[in-house]
Amino acid sequence: MPKYETWAPERANEIIAQHQDQKGAALPILHALQEVFGCVPLAAEPLIADALNITRAEVHGCVTFYHDFRREPPGRRTLKICLAESCQASGVRALAKRAKEKLGVEMGGTTADARVTLEPVYCLGLCHSSPAAMLDKDVYAALDEERLDELLKEAQS
Amino acid sequence: MTRIYISRDSGALAVGAESVAKRFEKEVKERGLDLEIVRTGSRGMYWLEPLVEVETDQGRVGYGPVKASEVGTLIDDGILAGKPDKKCIGVVDDYPWFKNQTRLTFARVGITDPRSLKDYQAHGGYAGLKRAIEAGPDAIIEQVLTSGLRGRGGAGFPTGIKWRTVADTPPQQKYIVCNADEGDSGTFADRMIMEGDPFVLIEGMTIAGIAVGATYGYIYVRSEYPHSIEALRAAIDAARAAGFLGTNVAGSGYAYDMEVREGAGAYVCGEETSLLDSVEGKRGEVRAKPPLPAHIGLFGQPTIINNVLSLASVPIIMDRGGEFYRDFGMGRSRGTMPIQLAGNLKYGGLYETAFGITLGELVDEIGGGTKSGRPVRAVQVGGPLGAYFPRELFDTPFDYEAFAERDGLIGHGGIVVFDDTVDMAQQAHFAMEFCAIESCGKCTPCRIGSARGMEVIDKIIANDNRAANLEILEDLCNTMKLGSLCALGGFAPYPVMSALTHFPEDFGAEKKRLDAAE
Repeated sequence: MPKYETWAPERANEIIAQHQDQKGAALPILHALQEVFGCVPLAAEPLIADALNITRAEVHGCVTFYHDFRREPPGRRTLKICLAESCQASGVRALAKRAKEKLGVEMGGTTADARVTLEPVYCLGLCHSSPAAMLDKDVYAALDEERLDELLKEAQS
Repeated sequence: MTRIYISRDSGALAVGAESVAKRFEKEVKERGLDLEIVRTGSRGMYWLEPLVEVETDQGRVGYGPVKASEVGTLIDDGILAGKPDKKCIGVVDDYPWFKNQTRLTFARVGITDPRSLKDYQAHGGYAGLKRAIEAGPDAIIEQVLTSGLRGRGGAGFPTGIKWRTVADTPPQQKYIVCNADEGDSGTFADRMIMEGDPFVLIEGMTIAGIAVGATYGYIYVRSEYPHSIEALRAAIDAARAAGFLGTNVAGSGYAYDMEVREGAGAYVCGEETSLLDSVEGKRGEVRAKPPLPAHIGLFGQPTIINNVLSLASVPIIMDRGGEFYRDFGMGRSRGTMPIQLAGNLKYGGLYETAFGITLGELVDEIGGGTKSGRPVRAVQVGGPLGAYFPRELFDTPFDYEAFAERDGLIGHGGIVVFDDTVDMAQQAHFAMEFCAIESCGKCTPCRIGSARGMEVIDKIIANDNRAANLEILEDLCNTMKLGSLCALGGFAPYPVMSALTHFPEDFGAEKKRLDAAE
């Protein structure tokens, strides 16, 4: 079964309606849409603008401002590697290079088989045990080459 | 019945605490043991995680780090009776690293079950709220002023003064906003509170609401912290069900309720005005001040916006009194600071102590030096916008003013340690790169300056017109420092200039030239 639903405006309107009555509803709506569709496609913007009675430009500005929101669904699993200072101090630059080579993608890319999307993240708050990474919503710390390889295997499985 | 404690803090989960807990559950079933497994926050001694604590007559005896595959053997060895073993650290409360701390804000973290309101109350929870309700708004603010508590997010502004300003605005819809957008590398104290003792934050925000007449609050948590979001939502529901949130808080007649808002990966939303715009559903762009959020804040209403640690320190201040809290610390930095030891350190974790401890003590003694075993070369204090300090500055006491005097900042209290393999020109480049990635784009010095900064540092590294470009970099840093709207562009020059000042050799520059240029 695919992880995300295919884009459907009726379904999107349903999701928007569930969240639109709260104050400052834009972010909760965008998160909810991305949860279901894996992304916030351009086609969602007029629907949100309509529901919140704001301009399409305002919605577009909001969607494009935040790093979290995507235009295309990611791979089946998303691996985020922390590239911030504490992880840099603990050797993550070499580990990130290794991950890119093993997966055959650059940061932000998705493997050809659509299994894994590799992304940078700036801090997971696990700096006491750097380097750290996150596979979907599971966290991993104290990474070394061996643990990274296990993680890559898990991501590709 | 025997009781054991295993952390559910994400720092523990990240090194296998979940599989250790599952293994214990399996053994309980197979061996028919009379054992209760309680999931707690983390004690903050992360090199010992997954840490298993066994309740005994002497106290909780700790074993760590435990691997799931070792659980069977440990049980065979008698750890459930608190017997010593090679992984045993003795009674956790007496373990020097833990015992030597002054845990006020973190009093319960690692000890109680963060999902249990009953456990929270059994360990002094909601005693502060009770006193606050008895004392009334004016007296609450007096206590917070007396405590000397300053904003733990980084700016160090006196919390009581912020509260007084909002309290003095005419009655209208007011808001309490908690800044839980802990994006600084090297920091994790907010996360530990939210996952390990979420009720203390809810209690602190409730007291703030009563103090200033605000009836609603938001906790803005970064999306990188899914465990925190889950823990807070569960705690808010439990507090509401028990009558600690709602139209009649603990039967006091005061109304206060709150919710969690999830961020979306923008570092700049840790800046308070950009955070407010984000909660309002807009681009997280920085607002010009004035007006202060205390006057025109969330949805245009008077708003208190405080960091997690500031708000989580309020219940103990109310419970024990402002003077009790103020008696810890030095100079104008009163109380305790949860210091976060990170990066290339042997003993990484959370160390709450009174202000005044030196940077050297923190890095060499408490942190135990580098985990790589190589010499410490540089230490970045206060996150990506904090200065890099060399060993020569290790006598600096942990204090807002002492760090400022040396062109640094303590920020949110994170310390990231680098060994001698670090290339400081590369770190300076990263500081500009990070600023360019995360700039909200509203003001030119930050948006353009950071991109130009990367280019200039590239040229310096490549020895392209080095002397002239060093001058340009310095000039650019001054422009960003003085001309940026918020701390992102305004403080990005700190790591850059400190790297250049203290480690000029990494830029191919001579120390002398820089000294003259200062």
